[in-house]
Amino acid sequence: MNRAMRAPAVHGAGLRSGLLALAWGRLRRDRVALVAMAIVAAYVLLMLAAWSGLVARDWSREVAVSYAPPSWAAGAGEPGTSTPAGATPGAAGSGSLTGAAAGTPVDLTDIDPLAPRYAEWDRRAAELKTTEQARAQTLPMGADKWGRDVLAKAIKGTEVSLFVGLSAALLATLIGTVLGAWAGFSGGWVDDLLEWFYSVFTAIPGILLILAFAAVLRPGLVNIIVILGLTGWTGIYRLVRAEYLKHRSRDYVRAAEAIGASPGARMFSHILPNVSHVSLVQLSQHVVSFIKAEVILSFLGFGVPLDQVSWGTMLAEAQAELVVGKWWQLLAATVSMAVLVTAFSMLTDALRDALDPRLRSETRR
Amino acid sequence: MTRFLIRRLWQMIPTLAGVMVLIFVLFNWVGGDPAEQLAGLIADPVRVQEIRASLGVDQPWWNQLALFARQVLTFDFGRSWATNEEVRNIFLTRLGPTLTVMLPVLVLETVLGVLLALAVARVRGTLTDRHIMILCTVAMSVSFLVYIIVFQYLFGFQLGWFPVQGWSDDPLKNLLVYAPLPVLCAVAVSLAPQIRLYRSFCLEELEQDYVRTARAKGLSETAILLRHVLRNALIPILTHVATNLPGVFVGSFLLEKFFSIPGLGREVITAVERSDFPVIKAVAVSLAVLTMLINLLVDVLYRAADPRLSYK
Repeated sequence: MNRAMRAPAVHGAGLRSGLLALAWGRLRRDRVALVAMAIVAAYVLLMLAAWSGLVARDWSREVAVSYAPPSWAAGAGEPGTSTPAGATPGAAGSGSLTGAAAGTPVDLTDIDPLAPRYAEWDRRAAELKTTEQARAQTLPMGADKWGRDVLAKAIKGTEVSLFVGLSAALLATLIGTVLGAWAGFSGGWVDDLLEWFYSVFTAIPGILLILAFAAVLRPGLVNIIVILGLTGWTGIYRLVRAEYLKHRSRDYVRAAEAIGASPGARMFSHILPNVSHVSLVQLSQHVVSFIKAEVILSFLGFGVPLDQVSWGTMLAEAQAELVVGKWWQLLAATVSMAVLVTAFSMLTDALRDALDPRLRSETRR
Repeated sequence: MTRFLIRRLWQMIPTLAGVMVLIFVLFNWVGGDPAEQLAGLIADPVRVQEIRASLGVDQPWWNQLALFARQVLTFDFGRSWATNEEVRNIFLTRLGPTLTVMLPVLVLETVLGVLLALAVARVRGTLTDRHIMILCTVAMSVSFLVYIIVFQYLFGFQLGWFPVQGWSDDPLKNLLVYAPLPVLCAVAVSLAPQIRLYRSFCLEELEQDYVRTARAKGLSETAILLRHVLRNALIPILTHVATNLPGVFVGSFLLEKFFSIPGLGREVITAVERSDFPVIKAVAVSLAVLTMLINLLVDVLYRAADPRLSYK
């Protein structure tokens, strides 16, 4: 029965186009939205490329001299200070042990318990080959303190930050939508219980709740997604619940009930398509706020672990670098984040306009 | 009125209980065994057992929960695990610096935000309006961290207009010398979202019939905005300010960390870094209570301002 009713809607998409098709039509006429969408898509592709190892796989390799300036601003970094001699590990590693001891004014050979072994160690050290790696003097986007390519770091950081933002937003939207649907559709004690749950989570200011979760969970990619998802679902829940309250007694839901659709079917296959635009816009909006939150958490050291890079850890390094005049890492992290977040925000606005034309008159004119 | 207050206070009890259970589950169950951390690397089993006993974590969980409930009700959260300072004392001494920074921020960002939003609403629909909105979106997409890093570098380090960081014992000196740069950062960051939001509130009011009436009787656009639109838009604006009010008490974690302000926010960050659970628990529960009380106060003020709402 259900299938028979739905079939013509699928075939007659041109006649009675669905909500999403209508929205897509509106979106396609919005040039700003298309540009924003292209930028977001490019970032997602970059994330996938970095994740699969196509680009920026060697972001942690030390390929240039310490603080190599960007090639297009080579004169900016004061020459001389940008290449401290001791920073190259080759020089530090090949210094002979006896050589260092001979430099001291007092001869300690008699009392130094390690003295008899220096000769052996020197011989063994000589056996090891230290290949002096050619280090670039400049890089497209400069290098950090250890000579790592800032551009590769920014790409890898994009992967981490965007992945965290997307996954956490998906998790929060999933929790918020399911709980909101359940509360709004069921009413009664389920609604009371979930409303209580909501009031508990919103009683503690958001950032404090995130920090409380961060205090008990170790830094890590999965944990930060869980933290943001578990603390960020409340707004979505509220909106979805309101939609379900509105829809549950509408005629089409009652008709579905009359032909014997189960509560689950009514909730998810009848009402959900009609309120999914709310979740979609919220998803998009939460990606933006979670990316910002991840950057701040990683900056504080509660986010990604030490062996990974995100825009937040780049900014943490950039703070100290700026004082000595090395501004390129700050620039790279800021610009790559700002472009994505701006595009995503504009896409969110456009999505909202396209999916909910009633709002259009209020937000844009 | 009294009955309204009593009912609302009564409704807070389950929420507060929920907050306590949430915090308890988080720190006593997810958080793991604190004694292992406190005992350090040379963890002598006897010593660990002693620490566990002194913290009460060797008790069954219902006893621990009862202990926590007693702490909340008596506002006595024991001592910090890291510094052995009384948690209550931490609260009282750190709140001053936080408010010294956050109250000027609150006043400045609201006043400037409203005025600029009105100015933008005045030119709504023009190219200027559109450009300002795009500028706001871009400004919002730059991380708070970048604002602080750049402002601190530029105004503190390069130009030397303000001290880069610091704090003193003299409240007046704090307000006039050390607070301005953090306040400037916070206001700069919050202006863009505030202008966007308040502008939309103003535009909503501009659609109303009373605006058309005001225009019909010949009022100038500026007069309409200042005399009619502003007064009506103040309701959603003040709601927005009120919902953000609890955040004022924890302050901005980032500002306090960057500028070494001995406030509550920095205390929380340090506590998270050191796994100093009593401090985080105390701050979370207290802030939850404060949030609920502020919400109640706002509701009462609404009813005072708008006679159409009743204390039902």
